[in-house]
Amino acid sequence: MAKIAAIPMILTALCVFVGGTLWTVVYSFTSSKLLPKAKWVGLDQYERLWNTNRWIVSIENLMIYGICSLVFSLVIGFVLAALLDQKIRFENTFRTIILYPFALSFIVTGLVWQWILNPDFGVQNIVRSLGWASFEFDPLYNQDIVIYGILIAGLWQGTGLIMVLMLAGLRGIDQEIWKAARVDGIPTWKTYIFIVIPMMRPVFITTLVLIASGIVRVFDLVVAQTSGGPGIASEVPAKYVYDTMFLRQNLAQGFAASTMMLLAVAIVIIPWAYLEFGSRKRD
Amino acid sequence: MTEAIAGFEGAHGPKPRRTFSRRNIFLYGTLIMVALYYMLPLYVMIVTSLKGMPEIRLGNIFAPPVEITFEPWVKAWAEACTGLNCDGLSRGFWNSVRITIPSVIVSIAIASVNGYALANWRFKGANVFFTILIFGAFIPYQVMLYPIVILLREIGLYGTLWGLVIVHSIFGMPILTLLFRNYFTSLPEELFKAARVDGAGFWGIYFQIMLPMSLPIFVVAMILQVTGIWNDFLFGVVYTKPDIYPMTVQLNNIVNSVQGVKEYNVNMAATILTGLVPLVIYFVSGRLFVRGIAAGAVKG
Repeated sequence: MAKIAAIPMILTALCVFVGGTLWTVVYSFTSSKLLPKAKWVGLDQYERLWNTNRWIVSIENLMIYGICSLVFSLVIGFVLAALLDQKIRFENTFRTIILYPFALSFIVTGLVWQWILNPDFGVQNIVRSLGWASFEFDPLYNQDIVIYGILIAGLWQGTGLIMVLMLAGLRGIDQEIWKAARVDGIPTWKTYIFIVIPMMRPVFITTLVLIASGIVRVFDLVVAQTSGGPGIASEVPAKYVYDTMFLRQNLAQGFAASTMMLLAVAIVIIPWAYLEFGSRKRD
Repeated sequence: MTEAIAGFEGAHGPKPRRTFSRRNIFLYGTLIMVALYYMLPLYVMIVTSLKGMPEIRLGNIFAPPVEITFEPWVKAWAEACTGLNCDGLSRGFWNSVRITIPSVIVSIAIASVNGYALANWRFKGANVFFTILIFGAFIPYQVMLYPIVILLREIGLYGTLWGLVIVHSIFGMPILTLLFRNYFTSLPEELFKAARVDGAGFWGIYFQIMLPMSLPIFVVAMILQVTGIWNDFLFGVVYTKPDIYPMTVQLNNIVNSVQGVKEYNVNMAATILTGLVPLVIYFVSGRLFVRGIAAGAVKG
């Protein structure tokens, strides 16, 4: 009976997760256009992919966005958690305010920040009206910095979650550690950096994996905030795949791009899984 | 997070001596600045949606409205155009409701049974499937988008509401199954054994013992799913047709449409309307919401 009840799970695991992934990888070696066709062309799609400017731009954007959002969300998330962990009053209020953007969709996030960063009405306009007439801050209309405009929105939406996870980690630290550090006269910031953070390694690793797998998925935020523009300056891989498969009817090219995304995720996940589950077995 | 109640003994930093000590001013000052920054977009959305277009063109986006008008809200809800349809965002709202309700019910029903089977029955190969499921959670959606199009087309559900329900059930499965498995594992095993001795079967135990005992985890799962499915964009745009597009997709089409004059106040009203459902859930559920995301994230 248990097995029959678990049929949806078995089907999902085998047909969708394993089957679907293999299917996509296999068909990335074909020349499928509008419909999938088993006409093999070897690595042609990959060669074309890495010769496409749009894809290169996507990868560069993902790297910048990824590294920045990793560093900033870890640092901001940890600092906010440490501030909230000082037995302060209104902790719940502060936490509720910082976490609420996480409940909003990327579409909503992208549209709000599109409005705030609008050069004619938003931040730039206000600073100019205060008298600084040459002030320039128009990330969404400037090819060179557009990805940072998206980063601002992404961080606003996501840091709350990191803060909550870090806070849970900080609360898991034995209070005796703090007492001992104080008795020894170690300054608070040193205790954080040399004692607490190393102790929170598991929390950092989980958040790292979480942020990393979220970064690869960035799609709706870009669609809402810039639609990939100006020009192709804010394209990301997930959008490249979607556009190639569903708007440009170039299926195999999309499969090749998504296989590259899978590869990127595997590079992060497999070492993590090895560390996490490999060591658990040895215990 | 429960230790917060523990009081002042063992405070982490040096003990605050005066209310207006330098440390407190710095601490609360920083936190208030941060809180203001995080509140800002919500404030801007609300303020903009209550202004008329002339006021927006002249003024500053942070200024409160001089003349409050609810017209943008009415327009966003009932008149805003996407393509040829001009019946507003209400269409997307009801589509999202019709998508979210069955998706939440089906995905939770499947995942809770999965979790129960994994925790208490441990059939052969169970762990293999479970491991695949958990790893599946990390596969970029883009990899599986097209194979699912084919699967749905084969069973004749591509482009329909039920097709989307299946998709949400599939992608919600890893995290929810994990959530339920962990919860059911934490229940005392004697309970299950006693019921077995009394001759209760798979479904008997599930409905009569497990379900009544696990209401809190069902609430957590519901919060997780309602917000997740309501906020979804990718699956909505890939697996449905324009007349059943969920609210997020329609919102994006309204705001980012290239035709016509941009009505920023209507756009912001529409944006708030779309964010309202998850926001209400978030503010009402409070700790349960945090518990949901923490359970999902930390154990993942």
